[in-house]
Amino acid sequence: MNFQPKLNRRAFVIGSAAVGGGLALGIPFGGDALAQAGAANQFAENLSPNELGIWVAIKPDDTVAIRIVRAEMGQGSQTGLAQLIAEELDCDWSKVTTEYPTPAENVKRKRAWGNYNSSGSRAIRESHQYVREGGAAARLMLIQAAANEWKVPAAECTASAGVITHKASGRSTTYGKVAAAAAKLPVPEKPALKDPKDWKIAGKPLKRLDTADKVVGKMMYSIDFKLPGMLSAAIKDCPVFGGKVKSFDASKVAGMKGVKKVLQVDHKSVAVVADTWWQAKTALEALPIEWDKGENVKVSSETIAKWLEEGLNAENAFVGNRQGDAKAAISGAAKKVEAVYAYPFQNHVCLEPMNATVLYTPEKCEVWTSTQNGEAAYAATIAASGLRADQCEVHRLMLGTGFGRRTRSEYVTEAVLIAKQMPGVPVKLLKSREEDMTNGVYHPVTQCKLTGALDKDNNLVGLHMRISGQSILSYARPEAMQGGADPAVFQGLNPGGAEGAFGYDIPNLLVDHSMRNPHVPPWFWRGVNNNQNAIYLECFIDEMAQAAGQDPLAFRRKMMAKHPKHLAVLNAVAERVGWDKPAPQGVFRGICQHMGYGSYVAAAAEISMNGNKVKMHRIVAATNPGHAVNPAQIERQIAGSFVYGLSALFHGGITIKDGAVVETNFDTYDSLRMAEMPKVESIIMPSNDFWGGVGEPTIFVAAPAVLNAIFAATGRRYRTFPLKNHNIEIA
Amino acid sequence: MLRLNINGKDHDVDVDPDTPLLWVIRENVGLTGTKYGCGIAQCGACTVHIDGVATRSCSYTVSGAVGAKIVTIEGLAENGTLHKVQQAWIDNDVPQCGYCQSGQIMAAVELLKNNPKPTDADIDQTMTNICRCGTFQQIRAAIHAAAKA
Repeated sequence: MNFQPKLNRRAFVIGSAAVGGGLALGIPFGGDALAQAGAANQFAENLSPNELGIWVAIKPDDTVAIRIVRAEMGQGSQTGLAQLIAEELDCDWSKVTTEYPTPAENVKRKRAWGNYNSSGSRAIRESHQYVREGGAAARLMLIQAAANEWKVPAAECTASAGVITHKASGRSTTYGKVAAAAAKLPVPEKPALKDPKDWKIAGKPLKRLDTADKVVGKMMYSIDFKLPGMLSAAIKDCPVFGGKVKSFDASKVAGMKGVKKVLQVDHKSVAVVADTWWQAKTALEALPIEWDKGENVKVSSETIAKWLEEGLNAENAFVGNRQGDAKAAISGAAKKVEAVYAYPFQNHVCLEPMNATVLYTPEKCEVWTSTQNGEAAYAATIAASGLRADQCEVHRLMLGTGFGRRTRSEYVTEAVLIAKQMPGVPVKLLKSREEDMTNGVYHPVTQCKLTGALDKDNNLVGLHMRISGQSILSYARPEAMQGGADPAVFQGLNPGGAEGAFGYDIPNLLVDHSMRNPHVPPWFWRGVNNNQNAIYLECFIDEMAQAAGQDPLAFRRKMMAKHPKHLAVLNAVAERVGWDKPAPQGVFRGICQHMGYGSYVAAAAEISMNGNKVKMHRIVAATNPGHAVNPAQIERQIAGSFVYGLSALFHGGITIKDGAVVETNFDTYDSLRMAEMPKVESIIMPSNDFWGGVGEPTIFVAAPAVLNAIFAATGRRYRTFPLKNHNIEIA
Repeated sequence: MLRLNINGKDHDVDVDPDTPLLWVIRENVGLTGTKYGCGIAQCGACTVHIDGVATRSCSYTVSGAVGAKIVTIEGLAENGTLHKVQQAWIDNDVPQCGYCQSGQIMAAVELLKNNPKPTDADIDQTMTNICRCGTFQQIRAAIHAAAKA
């Protein structure tokens, strides 16, 4: 059961390092590896001229080209990062456009643009400083250029909305007019930044920069990309992870309309290349393929669950958080409560299935794709093509969502391996929804046994959380493992730090992990391990409150005096939902909080039950992301998190039978529809003293708020998911 | 050879008659605003109008569309003026990733044609397209705004 796929060592080292993963763990990144590989030479320019530093270029017509290397997948980072740069630049927002330095360009410039990885809600929180400095430096260069032209001290000139003014002489000019001269000046280092309270562009609820093309069908997603003479490929992997291709009979489909080639991609997959994708998919379905499914064919959800159950009581475990002596506190408790929760595999189900277009020749390999990490896609291209870095290029197109799935570049690798067998012919590989569902990578499977101890005064004096199950890092980023342990397993349960600090003061606490890695490959899935950790902890805290005979909010507050930021968001939702007043007749409430990716989040849910049907009337959700760069987009991420998180809670859950994934499409793995979505009210409450993420944090509290409300309404604790398995539906 | 009328223009396509209309629109005609999401009429990303009826084109054979007037997201604007639903989408900053929005807009246009002043409940009942980003609150607001426009 502990299957790990065999990997091309070179591809793996570069690819996994460049992915960067879901955590900032200070490991070497892809660009370094590439630079060491001698990649940093001879690339073509593909960016606007009149560069002022690396983040801004200004055209003579005053158009401002702002460089964005983090991926835009709907989360709004492209607009937010542009706001931060435009703010410091003091340009005219209506003149802002964005452009993308390719990963090859980044390598050429010794990774000047930094990390391309856009997961872990990091796009803004991990680049705000250097992009703002980039904007500020450009402003200083433009002012200096104008001052030089006027032969006045730069300090006497001011800039606002793209216009530079020398008040004493009454002269003014625009950024576009002095940009060429400014581009020749040295780039100031560490320029002073504005106080966020003076922001005029950042911090405002501006509209996104990329909407217009999306309402007329013009936005170019990766799936829409075309090249002259392009063929399309459909792919099929061995349905059992770890299995391989035994044989296939190409002659059976070779004569089908449009079919150009039937080929083996790698040890585990077969593809058909045809004039159109529909022809390729049709032929692939008709292709007889024999698989060697291997030992994993014996694995099912039941066998995995049983194996994980053993881990709940295993002797040895990696410790993630230890305070006092939890085991002693539990054995001496006045009252002891124990519960076991389990969280299933989930698929990301990006609405745009994985795809990439490749043009390979023995001299050059170009890729057009949607990726959350251009550098990882570039590294995958280099490794799969066997060419040098300076012979490869990745062009990034819009993502039809990412959710962590597009930090993995196997679809790029596969597309290159296919194109390599057809040199000179552009080939687009597109995975069918069914292939995307059954041969993806999945939110990890875990279980958690929680044992809580109350003293005679009903204080929670001891808590042991034993997590048993899958480690993402051991599969996705083994170099980030620490002494055999996976630190990411403890997201939201750590003693401190941006990656999720435990929000309660419990004198005797033990959080530990018995690692069990089934053969189903795990990956970063929006919110990652915070999803189940928040359910485990926040539902169990409710269970302890009930055992103590106390109100769930009051019970939490007693333990949060030393965690004022956790407490502030919790209090905010309690106040807005009216926790101190009775809910309307028949309506029940649940509340919870969690911290991760630097940000503090809380939610309160109001629901009613009609038989097995849950009506979610209202959600109040608060977030403190430190700085709120675009409140309108944050509000959308908060609301959207409930759609994504509640889809997983009610409708999701990937099951394994005979080693393979059972769910193939939305008919068996549904996504929340408009009628099912609760009304979400958001409270955005930045404390302005740190920088946290936005795209993921709210998802942590989506499920536990609703689960605690369901308990309040029914007296029943649901501890395994999805809720469809308990016949619970959304009204 | 089959003749399709898409956005007021005839296209002759050489495809198997049982090819889903979606793939003919995307691959043979070359209009890529209509998206593939599931292939089984669940998600609605492929919604187009066939003789004015919002239809999930991934599960509609091309032969069935011969002789019909097909409208895709690219054909919604008239003489360079956006349809009021498209304008409402911009005004309300609806899309996140935007991948499902062609289908959402096509569904909303039909909704408003049949029900010019829909209630929230009407909208919820009719708008069944999937949005993984979760833009439903903005979609609902935009439909109300378009109804008033």
